[in-house]
Amino acid sequence: MKEVINLPVKNIEEEEYHINMGPQHPSTHGVLRLVVSLQGEIVKNLKPHCGYIHRGIEKMCEKDTYPQIIHLTDRMDYLSAHINNHAVCLLVEKALEVDVPERVKYIRTIVDELNRIASHQLWWCSFGMDMGGLTCYFYGLRDREHILDIFEESFGSRLLHSYYTPGGLMMDIHPNFQKSVKDFIKYFRRKIKDYDDILTGNIIMQERTKGIGILSKEDAISYGVTGPSGRASGFACDVRKHHPYGVYDKADFQEILGTEGDTFTRYMMRMHEMRESMKIIEQLIDNIPAGDYSAKMKAVIKLPAGEYYQRVEASRGELGVYCISDGNKTPYRMKFRSPNFSNLSALDHMSRGVKIADLVAIGGSLDYVIPDIDR
Amino acid sequence: MDNTALKERILALVPDAEFQENKQFLTFIIPPAKMHDLAVTLKTDAALAFDYLFCLSGVDMVKFLEVVYHLESTAHGHQLVLKTRTADRDNAALDTVCDLWRTAEFHEREVYDLMGIRFTNHPDLRRLFLEEGWIGHPLRKDYKDEVNIVEL
Amino acid sequence: MGIKNMKEADFRDNETLDLFKQSGGNVLFTTLDAVMDWGRSNSIWPLTFATSCCGIEMMATGASRHDFSRFGIEVYRASPRQADVIVVAGTIVNKMAPVLKRLYDQMSDPKYVIAMGACAVSGGPFFYNTYHVIRGVDHVIPVDVYIPGCPPRPESLLYGVMQLQRKIKLESPLSNPRKTTELI
Repeated sequence: MKEVINLPVKNIEEEEYHINMGPQHPSTHGVLRLVVSLQGEIVKNLKPHCGYIHRGIEKMCEKDTYPQIIHLTDRMDYLSAHINNHAVCLLVEKALEVDVPERVKYIRTIVDELNRIASHQLWWCSFGMDMGGLTCYFYGLRDREHILDIFEESFGSRLLHSYYTPGGLMMDIHPNFQKSVKDFIKYFRRKIKDYDDILTGNIIMQERTKGIGILSKEDAISYGVTGPSGRASGFACDVRKHHPYGVYDKADFQEILGTEGDTFTRYMMRMHEMRESMKIIEQLIDNIPAGDYSAKMKAVIKLPAGEYYQRVEASRGELGVYCISDGNKTPYRMKFRSPNFSNLSALDHMSRGVKIADLVAIGGSLDYVIPDIDR
Repeated sequence: MDNTALKERILALVPDAEFQENKQFLTFIIPPAKMHDLAVTLKTDAALAFDYLFCLSGVDMVKFLEVVYHLESTAHGHQLVLKTRTADRDNAALDTVCDLWRTAEFHEREVYDLMGIRFTNHPDLRRLFLEEGWIGHPLRKDYKDEVNIVEL
Repeated sequence: MGIKNMKEADFRDNETLDLFKQSGGNVLFTTLDAVMDWGRSNSIWPLTFATSCCGIEMMATGASRHDFSRFGIEVYRASPRQADVIVVAGTIVNKMAPVLKRLYDQMSDPKYVIAMGACAVSGGPFFYNTYHVIRGVDHVIPVDVYIPGCPPRPESLLYGVMQLQRKIKLESPLSNPRKTTELI
């Protein structure tokens, strides 16, 4: 005879447990350690642990001359390397009251925008790959190679060039530069439609990103989230529009703002930005004036004593450089206000209550580059 | 608000604020005790409305340690720089502003880590970049590291 | 001519060794060893490990233009237990060094290390005046191949992988298994 045994049913309390993502993790885009406190699959809170790529760049800047600092800023946010260089060059030129030739301003603006497109291409490829769509990795990097070819022809290197220097550029652009850029724009306008076909319209991607990781406008301003992530929440923070530099005031482009502030809106912001960048390049590429590629600068650059602050729009947000000089050839203090640092501080707030798989999508849409956080 | 009206307003709120001439932004040095109240007024007042703290830096001027706040208003567009100083290098302590601007949480942790300035009432003040047991604050001017940093 | 009769200078020259192997080698290379070497060198699977800028060039090497899947690097493994090689791409700092050592210890034998980029080889642009960078990853784990460059071109990384393949082909796993020395 079988007996039915009634075992007492215990109420197993749901407990919080902590898991560790990183520092070696395929989806954290670098060495970031997130200690995530979960209840089941829902994220209760998370604590980022930074410093796994802290190289002490600010301390190194106190012993380097200004042209040497350019090489270090390249390596901070290496995907918008030119834009980082641009910030330091503008700071030095403004402090010394040097007028750079118009040709230099046009070339710098065009190369900045090309760099922005390349950075967003890499973002797109890793965003799709993190969510499981490996095709995006190959498509994004294939198209990025065209921009890297243009850079290699003119500047000599694929990723880190240190092409800008206080006073102008290291060397003039290659004669093929204008034609290659125009060919690239024609090529990429076709290909970006493919990007929409593959990922934007994909029902799985939309289900995974719409309504996830919402950041309101007040929170975006309070956390200092700038760039496409901030604009997706409605925070009008484009430095190219509000504090223009280069020749951005001569180009006609829009600052597109979103309303929802979720992951899908941040995604769409970057897709729009790629198109706007192409528009800017098209307007400027045929009008590069002839002239020198550098203003005359002294051999040893000494900034007059004082404090200087320069803001530029990097691919991920507002980069600020704050320099205190005491009249020597090395700065007294060089502080970099990095966009990814503030963007990361909002990650905890944005990911309350989502599932752990969505955390990867939110991190991908914020598009942080860890060496910029740690400097 | 233009810079003259802003300057009058700040001097009315904190009479012993020291105004610095010839700087890129409107710059004041505020005594540490008055900093937090001034910050509350700057954020909540409708005509001032400084809601965007875009940079918080720690500086080691050898005689004192300084924290520099760069503020901007998204509604009105005006910008302001405030500085507070403390001469106490061993137990430097200043008031936190992270109850007003959430970005200050990470920035103040970085200043604590690299400069050694403690912020009272900060929710989670611990080192950000360096390991827990690291001795010293590297960005200070008197930080000695014979092995790695070459003094010429 | 055999391995024992070769001059030291010839033995250290990769091209001579390749010709030697193609010409049939000698008794020292038994067939089973050769098969194992061939198998191991042509399917090296790396661990996903990239700290900074060199990681982007490593990703570009895996993309469609400089495809390194033709060299046997078919797929990246996220878990160190399943990986054969760790390509240290990027700067290693004091805080990251114990993590790297732990990852290296978790990999199973035979394992190889490629130090990619100037930062991993010797500290790179961060050699002077910084308090937190390890000047070269060989202070932490033993390195097989060093690839200079900042960042090295994808072709340089492919050449480094080919050098590692040559190094693996010289091993005799049955008679002399590769032992990784214990670091003190």
